[in-house]
Amino acid sequence: MTSSMKLLIVEDDREAAAYMVKALSEAGHVADHAADGAEGYEFATSGSYDVLVVDRMLPKLDGLSLIGRLRAEGATTPVLILSALGHVDDRVQGLRAGGDDYLTKPYAFAELLARVETLARRGQASAGDTVYRVADLEIDRLSHTCSRAGQEIVLQPREFRLLEYLMRNAGQVVTRTMLLENVWDYHFDPQTNVIDVHVSRLRSKIDKGFDKPLLHTVRGAGYLIRDGAR
Amino acid sequence: MTALGKLLRTTAFKLALAYLVVFATLSVVVLIYVSWHANALIAGQLNATVNAEITGLAEQYRQGGIRRLVAIVEERSNRSGGSIYLVTTMTGEVLAGNVSGLPDASLAEAGERELPYQRAGETAAAPYPAVVRVFVLPGGYRLLVGRDTEERERLSAVISNAVQWSLALVVVLGLAGGVFVAKRVLGRIDAMTETARTIMAGDLSGRLAVTGSDDEFDRLAQATNAMLDRINELMAGLKEVSDNIAHDLKTPLTRLRNRAETALRTASDEDEWQASVEQIIADADAMLGIFNALLLIARAESGGGRDQLVPVDLADIAESVAELYEPLAEERGARLTVNAPTPIRLLGSRELIGQAVANLIENALNYAAAAGGEVAVSATTDEDGARLVVADRGPGVPEADRARALERFVRLDSSRSRPGSGLGLALVAAVARLHGGTLTLEDNAPGLRAVLALPLTPAALPEPSTPALAPPRGARAV
Repeated sequence: MTSSMKLLIVEDDREAAAYMVKALSEAGHVADHAADGAEGYEFATSGSYDVLVVDRMLPKLDGLSLIGRLRAEGATTPVLILSALGHVDDRVQGLRAGGDDYLTKPYAFAELLARVETLARRGQASAGDTVYRVADLEIDRLSHTCSRAGQEIVLQPREFRLLEYLMRNAGQVVTRTMLLENVWDYHFDPQTNVIDVHVSRLRSKIDKGFDKPLLHTVRGAGYLIRDGAR
Repeated sequence: MTALGKLLRTTAFKLALAYLVVFATLSVVVLIYVSWHANALIAGQLNATVNAEITGLAEQYRQGGIRRLVAIVEERSNRSGGSIYLVTTMTGEVLAGNVSGLPDASLAEAGERELPYQRAGETAAAPYPAVVRVFVLPGGYRLLVGRDTEERERLSAVISNAVQWSLALVVVLGLAGGVFVAKRVLGRIDAMTETARTIMAGDLSGRLAVTGSDDEFDRLAQATNAMLDRINELMAGLKEVSDNIAHDLKTPLTRLRNRAETALRTASDEDEWQASVEQIIADADAMLGIFNALLLIARAESGGGRDQLVPVDLADIAESVAELYEPLAEERGARLTVNAPTPIRLLGSRELIGQAVANLIENALNYAAAAGGEVAVSATTDEDGARLVVADRGPGVPEADRARALERFVRLDSSRSRPGSGLGLALVAAVARLHGGTLTLEDNAPGLRAVLALPLTPAALPEPSTPALAPPRGARAV
């Protein structure tokens, strides 16, 4: 799917860390493990990592202080904060401390993987481009227009933002919660499949009538937009 | 520590001592001031009478000569009283008067002075004090008129005596009062401390004694008792809630365990395994959802995060959440409309209010969509504050059940066949309370109108508490 990443897991629960390292390597990535904040700081400053996954409550140096210290030294490596503290304020605190994303424990591994991969790609992402393209699907972020195979597709503003987010992360699995967070700016967990209905509406607009579907459902994880041929 | 030492260290005693010092100082100052002024007044009066008399006598001399003066002085000298007189020639020969034993040369010059003197014909051991005035008459005669000042001295002595006595009295009474007050206060505080100790030891039924005098100790005891009642209530509520949680989590846990066991026993191929495991994960997720909702309710009810409230736009939240659910409503055959024409600024948490609106809409869709109905979301303001209403055309909730429907784990359809944890409305109610507002269920004739009323000003925010952890009352729909 994506090229291999090098990750650092800073987590004091060895079992959880071992599970994460194993699951990440199955997904084709390499992960180092640091068992406390001080060790995490050492690893993070000596090696070059694509993403840091940092637990909040750590021995010796807590997660937020670790991130604060790295940021103060100018490190820009994306950080995913992993924490059992899941209230709105906790998230705000984490992001203020310099985290780039916040995931509450317990988490689905698919969620972690999708978020980590998105963070890793953020550096090379095309956030500055005005036109996103996947196969023959194209959106123009300035004129807010969308077309496929030269045919214009009319999208509602929210549909446009949904597609924009999917296309910015083209080739990347994005989860339902990531969509809710990034497109609607809500972090709560809806009991029903609200996001699925939005995606299927969008799919009917961009894929219906074309022989090659671009918007795919990834079972147990989320959605993915990509050129199927690749 | 000795009883006396303890007494002396009480605040009441220290306070009494401080007052004592202040009052004693004050009374001494007042008495000294009074005595000084009285002295000055008496001295002034003495001088004035002496002057008047001397002027009168000088006048008599001018009119009748030395003979007449001597006659008058002799006549006056014989009167009883504190006046003293003396008339001498230039050389000091006494012509008339009732004084002797004056110091030498005391008549040499005119003017006022204070002198010791003796009465003529008396041989008292000590001379008396007097204030006198010497006047030189034409012809060289000397005229001395004076007043005995012993009375003045006696007054001074009386006043200084009074100062000493009153000071002693103030000190004695003050100390006694201080000891009395301190002892009384100490006794009551010790009683309170004792009661507090027994309560801390685990006997939560203990209460402080109220004497009925309605003084500050009574008020303190009443407030403390009220606090203890509240704590008792919270403890009871907490216990009931934790019992409920244990009960309601046991059910899905049992289901999850059964599923895992069944899979272990009967799953034969990869697909069956996969399906079972996926179902188990879904069960675990549902339980996590319950946990999260409970934590959120607890957090909202304890007032946590109240200081994190920021200006938000209720109309915008209503619109964005309604927009989120609109396709889902359409898929379920319902029509979701939103009416939030003007921005409504209030202090709140976008996340929590959004969640509350989502819960209300989900609730409406779950119950009303089946009826093919319409769900109307509106956000408006009036003089009472902001109102967010989610109205459906479903079966509604009977009036008797409305209050109960907001409690934790209460699901009105006892079969529990519909989706949901029974926490959705309880969470909305908790969010309302956190924002100082209320959630009420009303009749939409037909259907249900859920009204989330939120104050526009932060002043209306209550103390975190009242309905917080109140136990769900009444039978639970299990």
